[in-house]
Amino acid sequence: MSRPQLSAQHLRLAYDDRLVVDDLSLQIPTGRISVIVGANACGKSTLLRGLARLLKPRGGIVYLDGKHITRLPTRVVATRLGILPQSPVAPEGLTVADLVGRGRYPHQRWFRQWTTEDETVVTAALEATRTTDLANRPVDELSGGQRQRAWIAMALAQGTPIMLLDEPTTFLDIAHQVEVLDLLVELNQTEERTIVLVLHDLNHACRYAHHLVAMADGAIVAEGRPADVVTEELVERVFDLDCRVIPDPVAGTPLVIPVSAHHGASKRQVRATAQPTETS
Amino acid sequence: MSAPAKQRRLVTVERLPSLGADQVSVRLARPRVSARVSARTVSVCVVVFGLVLFASAVNVSVGDFPIPLSDVFPAIVGQGNPDSDFIVRVLRLPRSLTGILVGAAFGMSGAIFQSLARNPLASPDIIGIEAGAAFAAVLVIVILDPNTVGVTAGALIGALATAVAIYVLAYRRGVTGYRLVLVGIGVTAVLSGLTSYLLTRANIYDAARAVAWLTGSLNGRGWEHVGPVGASMLVLVPATLLLGRHLRGLQLGDDAARGLGVRIEVARGGLILAGVGLAATAVASAGPVAFVALISPQIARRLAGSASGALVPAALTGALVTLASDLVGRQAFGNVELPVGVITAIVGAPYFLWLLARANRVGRGG
Repeated sequence: MSRPQLSAQHLRLAYDDRLVVDDLSLQIPTGRISVIVGANACGKSTLLRGLARLLKPRGGIVYLDGKHITRLPTRVVATRLGILPQSPVAPEGLTVADLVGRGRYPHQRWFRQWTTEDETVVTAALEATRTTDLANRPVDELSGGQRQRAWIAMALAQGTPIMLLDEPTTFLDIAHQVEVLDLLVELNQTEERTIVLVLHDLNHACRYAHHLVAMADGAIVAEGRPADVVTEELVERVFDLDCRVIPDPVAGTPLVIPVSAHHGASKRQVRATAQPTETS
Repeated sequence: MSAPAKQRRLVTVERLPSLGADQVSVRLARPRVSARVSARTVSVCVVVFGLVLFASAVNVSVGDFPIPLSDVFPAIVGQGNPDSDFIVRVLRLPRSLTGILVGAAFGMSGAIFQSLARNPLASPDIIGIEAGAAFAAVLVIVILDPNTVGVTAGALIGALATAVAIYVLAYRRGVTGYRLVLVGIGVTAVLSGLTSYLLTRANIYDAARAVAWLTGSLNGRGWEHVGPVGASMLVLVPATLLLGRHLRGLQLGDDAARGLGVRIEVARGGLILAGVGLAATAVASAGPVAFVALISPQIARRLAGSASGALVPAALTGALVTLASDLVGRQAFGNVELPVGVITAIVGAPYFLWLLARANRVGRGG
C-alpha cells in the first residue's frame, strides 16, 4: 500500500437545491485518525459522503492520491478508500461471513470470485473484529455492537488504506461504543490505516482523534489536535452549549462537561461573560 | 482444513470452514479462475432440478391417454410407438417445457426484483410489471392479429413501459422498497381496470380467449410458445447471472454498494431490464401466472439458506412450482381441468396476505 492522500479543495455539496457545504477545503492527515464533529445538520455526514464520492460535488474537487476522485473508475477508488455508511441495513438472513465476503467486491471479477487472497483477508478481518465466532450467524439477529463490528469487518475486508466511517457508534451503549472505537485505534496503529470518523460524542472525539475537525453551518470552524482546539469558546460556537472543559482524568484529553439551566454555575452569569458574539 | 501439500494442481476444491460450514471454493490453476459456492445451494439446485425432471415426466405421462413413465423418455427421443410419440412430442412435451421455462423466468425475475428492492412484495406480479405485460398482450389479442410473436412483442413493450412508469411515479430521491410496492399495487389496479375495459369492447370469441389466457394457463401450449420464452431466456439468464455479482453489492444499500465500487446505475438498470424481459416473455407465453414470481424466490431462499439473490435456485423452484401446480390443476379435480394460474393463486394468495400482515406488524419496508 502506497501512502494514501485524501483532500478536498473548495468543496461545495448540496442535496437538491439545499446547499449544505460551501467552499470547504480540508487535508486528511495520512495514517492518523481524524474525527469530524458538529451539531446536527451541520454538514458533517454530507462532507464524509462527499469525500467518499457518494455525493457528487456541485463545485470543488476531492483529490485521492493527487487525482480527481470522480474521474477515477469507481472500482479503483474502492481499492483505496472504503466507507461505512450511517446505520447500514443488511438483507434479511445475511450471515456475517457472507457480508464480510462482499467487502472483496472491488478485487473480484466475474471469472475470479474467490482467490486465496480473498480468503486470507476475510479471515483476518473476522479475527481483527472478533467476529469469527459469529461468522455463521445472520447479521439481523446480532446485538447492536456485534452488528457494527460485522460491518466494520466488511469495510476491513475491502482492504483499503483509507477508511471513512459515518457515526459507527450510533445506537450502541457506552461499553460497545468504546469497544468499536478501540478497534479502530488498533487498526490505525497496527496497519497505519488512515481513518476518518464522524462522531456525535465530543468527549469520544477528543479522546480518539489525532486530528479533530469541528464544523458549523457547513464550514470548518477549527481543526487540529483536540488539546489545542477544544475550548469552552469552541463548544459554545459549534454546539451553542455552555460548558466547562477539564482534562479527562483517564486519557488526559479535553473533557467537555455541559452546564445546564438546572445544574452547575449560574447560567446567566456564564452567558454574560462567554457569549459576546454569537452570530449565524 | 486446507490441503497440507500445496502442489500445483489444475483444480483445487477447498472447504472454507471459517466462512460457513457449507462454503467451498473452486479454483483453476490455469487460466486463473476461481469461484466460491455454497455446497447447500448446489445440493438444493441438484435436488430441485431432479424434481423438475420428475414432475415433467409425470406431467407428460398422465392425461386422457396415459403413457407409462418408462415410455416417456423413449417417446421424447422418438423411439416409442407412433401414438405416444405424437402425444408426447406434439401435445404434452411443449406444454411441460413451456411450464418449466415460464416458471423459471418468473422465479428469476422475482428474485431480481425482490433483492433489488430488498422487499419480497416488490416482485413483478405484485408491482404491476406482469399486469402491464398482460394489458399490452390483451390489447394485441383484441385489436391485432393474435399470433405469438405479436403477443410477445406487445407484452415486452407493455412491461417495459409499466416499469418506467412505476419507477418515475415512485421516484423521490431514489426509490425505496415500500414506495415502490404501494405505487406498483396502484398501477396494477389501474391496469386491470383497463384490461377489463378492453374485454368489454372485444368480440366474444377474442374476449373468451383473452380471459382464459389472463388466468395464466399452460393449456394447449405448443412449440410456438416454447420459442419466444426460450429464446429470451437464452440471452437473459446468462446476462442476469453475470450481473448477479453486482446484486450482492446492491443488496447492502446504495451507499454501501457505491462505496464498494459498484456502478449502481448501470448494474441496477441492467438487472431491471433483465427482470422485466424475463417476466414479460413468460407472460406472453402463459399469461400472468399468479404469485409464482412472489413465492418461488422466497421458497428458494429458505431452502438454500442464503440471503444472496439465490437466482438459480429461484428459477428452478419457479419451474417446479409451475409444473406441480399444472399437474394438480389437470388431475386433482376429476373431469374439470383448472388452469395453472388458479392453483398458484390458491397457494400464493395466503402467503401474500401473510407477508402484508407481517410487514404491517413489524412496521418496516423489508
